[in-house]
Amino acid sequence: MSEQLLRLDHITMQFGGVVAVDDLELVVNEGEIVALIGPNGAGKTTAFNVITGVYQPTNGAVWFDGAKIIENHPQGKMKKQYKGQCDGLYTETLSPTPDKITRAGMARTFQNIRLWKTQTVFDNVLIAKHCRSTSSVFSAAFRLNRKEEAAQRAQVEELLEIVGLSDVKNELATSLPYGKQRRLEIARALAAEPKLLLLDEPAAGMNPQETEELTAFIGEIREKFKITILLIEHHMNLVMGISDRIYVLDFGKLIAHGTPAEIQKNQRVIDAYLGVADDA
Amino acid sequence: MLNEKKSKRGTVIALLCALALLALVILLENTMKPTGMLFTVLKKGAVYALVAVSMNLLNGFTGLFSLGQAGFMLLGAYTYAILTIPTADREAVYYLYNGSAVNFSLPELFGGGAVGLVLGVLLALFLGGCAAAAVAWLIGLPVLRLKSDYLAIATLGFAEIIRAIFQWDPLGPVTNGANALKSFPTFSSFNIQNADGKVILRLSTFVPFLLAGVCVAVIVLLINSTYGRAFKAIRDDEVAAEAMGINLARHKRLAFCISSFFAGVGGGLFAMFANQAQAKVFTTAMTYEILLIVVIGGIGSISGSCIAAFLYVAASEWWLRFLDTETYIGSFKVPFLRTGFRMVVFSVIIMVVVLFFRKGIMGDKELPDLLKKRQKKATKEAVQP
Amino acid sequence: MQYGISILLSGISLGGQYALIAIGYTMVYGILRLINFAHGDVFMVAGLMMVYLSASLPLAAAIPLMIILAVLLGFIIERAAYKPLRTAPRMSVMISAIGVSYLLQNLATYVTGGLPQMYPALPGLSNQLTIAGVSTKYVTVVTPVLVVLLVAALTQLINHTRIGMAMRAVSRDFETAQLMGIRINSVISVTFIIGSLLAAIGSLLYFTNYQSIVPLSGSLPGLRAFVAAVFGGIGSIPGAVVGAFLIGICESVIKGSDWSVFSDAFTFAILIVVLCVKPTGLFGEKVTDKV
Repeated sequence: MSEQLLRLDHITMQFGGVVAVDDLELVVNEGEIVALIGPNGAGKTTAFNVITGVYQPTNGAVWFDGAKIIENHPQGKMKKQYKGQCDGLYTETLSPTPDKITRAGMARTFQNIRLWKTQTVFDNVLIAKHCRSTSSVFSAAFRLNRKEEAAQRAQVEELLEIVGLSDVKNELATSLPYGKQRRLEIARALAAEPKLLLLDEPAAGMNPQETEELTAFIGEIREKFKITILLIEHHMNLVMGISDRIYVLDFGKLIAHGTPAEIQKNQRVIDAYLGVADDA
Repeated sequence: MLNEKKSKRGTVIALLCALALLALVILLENTMKPTGMLFTVLKKGAVYALVAVSMNLLNGFTGLFSLGQAGFMLLGAYTYAILTIPTADREAVYYLYNGSAVNFSLPELFGGGAVGLVLGVLLALFLGGCAAAAVAWLIGLPVLRLKSDYLAIATLGFAEIIRAIFQWDPLGPVTNGANALKSFPTFSSFNIQNADGKVILRLSTFVPFLLAGVCVAVIVLLINSTYGRAFKAIRDDEVAAEAMGINLARHKRLAFCISSFFAGVGGGLFAMFANQAQAKVFTTAMTYEILLIVVIGGIGSISGSCIAAFLYVAASEWWLRFLDTETYIGSFKVPFLRTGFRMVVFSVIIMVVVLFFRKGIMGDKELPDLLKKRQKKATKEAVQP
Repeated sequence: MQYGISILLSGISLGGQYALIAIGYTMVYGILRLINFAHGDVFMVAGLMMVYLSASLPLAAAIPLMIILAVLLGFIIERAAYKPLRTAPRMSVMISAIGVSYLLQNLATYVTGGLPQMYPALPGLSNQLTIAGVSTKYVTVVTPVLVVLLVAALTQLINHTRIGMAMRAVSRDFETAQLMGIRINSVISVTFIIGSLLAAIGSLLYFTNYQSIVPLSGSLPGLRAFVAAVFGGIGSIPGAVVGAFLIGICESVIKGSDWSVFSDAFTFAILIVVLCVKPTGLFGEKVTDKV
């Protein structure tokens, strides 16, 4: 049995009076591709932001690679307002900034592409290597880190070769067509040498053909990098095609999880997506 | 491999250019009349170039809009002055406070003479930079969390607070209160004299060029290093930078401290240029001046800042001087020309740049980029006859 | 006791004058998210115009003319220096504002020859009066009353007129307001006009108290007023007024103590503390960024 890489325990995220994610339990095992799906506003991206440290959860804990990386419980004003469950189960507060989490071995992409606009394709990927660099400002400024720098550049070359972007490596990132920008964002995330890759709607805004290419691409990445992937997606073809397991969120709550085949047959999932007729 | 070779060649060419420039400066200085306006412009321009580049590191490369440059220059200038005034002159400089609380002078500690002068001045400048960086570190703790325009106003405020503290009377024995510090080694102290006191080799313009040049070179190296790339990532997209493992707080503080360090060194050099250090000089207006240099040169261009610094200083101190004096052509009095008109014309030019040439002289390109482009064009034309 | 009263009185009147400037900052910031660095200089120029106009015109004509010219100046600055940069990054607009401030100061230096100008005595405002044994000028009493009246009028305008509604909409969401057919440019112009009008009235009161004007007279009161606006919560008019009164009183207390060198430093210290502890100020609304 493969090991658990990521585990969410009773994660609840409440904004004011709105519970965006309610008592979410989620496990990603090493080597898996897990998809998080759900209708718009179900709380998928919020869950992502909690995992990557952008938001501090209101309650719950996140375990990654055998260590607890995030934990929180309702505090201050939230104590009275808290509407979620498992109040009192957690006592610690552990909320690292996103960069720490990335260095711990997670890297993400964004729903709306966030590349560094004035940088070339090559530099975009190279900058992501910065978090793995061990040189101090002085050694970097006075070029005492030549070896490391050269190694990083070589790795980036190789990475760009694998993702098929080496022919455009000196172009500005924003001059690329949309599909390639998506690819570049994934390459950039891979450059941070993650164990877990988080993809936030990688196929958003893509036509069926591009989506198909992307599906193949994600499969390739998993093979080549032996990496675990958690993704949010709306394109069911993509999700059903590559996921090992699927979690379904609706109104912040987990309504189902299982293999693609199970999910496709699940009545609650179908209801959530298609809506339940009022007179039923 | 090819790339590496190319960049190595680029470095060699840049070094050669810098050496040629320095040689030219020495040559000019020793052949032309030393009191000419040209040398004032060159000295001040070199100092301003360094300060503008240090500001550009922050505003242009890290995307932090800080307006505290004059405050950090003040710290550097005072540290330099306090540490280098000869002990014999302290009584006279601090006459209002019956002498100084600091009773040593770095050049003397190093044994005086030429060696003592060089080592003492260098160490004092370095410590000036360190003082500025240390204060920047403290200020940065609360202030760097602020968003762009709030950061600007908070750093502006800090510069004002620093200025007030240095003019505070109880600190007089150290800072000489609101009075100027003087008698410390200046650029002309580096002119080499023979036994009769006659100058045989002038180095008073060469020294600021060398010092500012070395500092700018270090900044350029930093910007092209992995840290510089991280700074640019923060400027382009903070959220993405953080998501890719760049510690925002640490890198912003780093950029802020490094920028302040060089502003402090620039402040020390400014004191050497002005032959005195006085808190009331380092006003918000000075920060604005530097900011405008950065804008004119192009935000995000080091060579732009350097070129603009010299142009700015030359225009304001030299070329536009005539606007300030009443002039008659025959018996006709040229209208408008009188004290203050120069600055009006100057600010109009600046507004024109800000509004219509938003990219400044260089945009975010550097001099070598421009040359490369020309080369590319040339090869293209050669290929397609 | 008497000393305390005199300090309090001068603090309140100073605060009122800052309030009139601070409203200009807070309204512009609320709508354009721009620190209008030139606002303090508009205030200074209004003072200088009064000096020159009153030299050749009777006061009854000079005061309205000065106010009209100041309003025109504010309007022109916006049209010439900020409007072309509407789509530019925020840093460019701020640099443009600094440029305008630089231009106005240099222009003032040129016109005055750098010499301090004496502000004309205004009958009714400059006359002396005695409150609780403290002798002061009428302006001390008139200022807070006038401020309250003007703020009441402004609040009416913002809450109960069409243009006021447009202003509120624009400050909420610039782009959406534009899409909803609000004429952004006229709203912004009105904002600058109101700001300059209040700054002109403020200059009338302020310089009656301080009498001499130099080209830099606008920059520090401007910065203090900005601090007041931040203190009160930027974008909020009542906040700006309350903040301005607090800043004014603090300043006058410090100026009366042994620490007078630090009066400006103190103002900025307040600013930094407020920004770090509660960036939204006393009455500001919380804005959250979305990832």
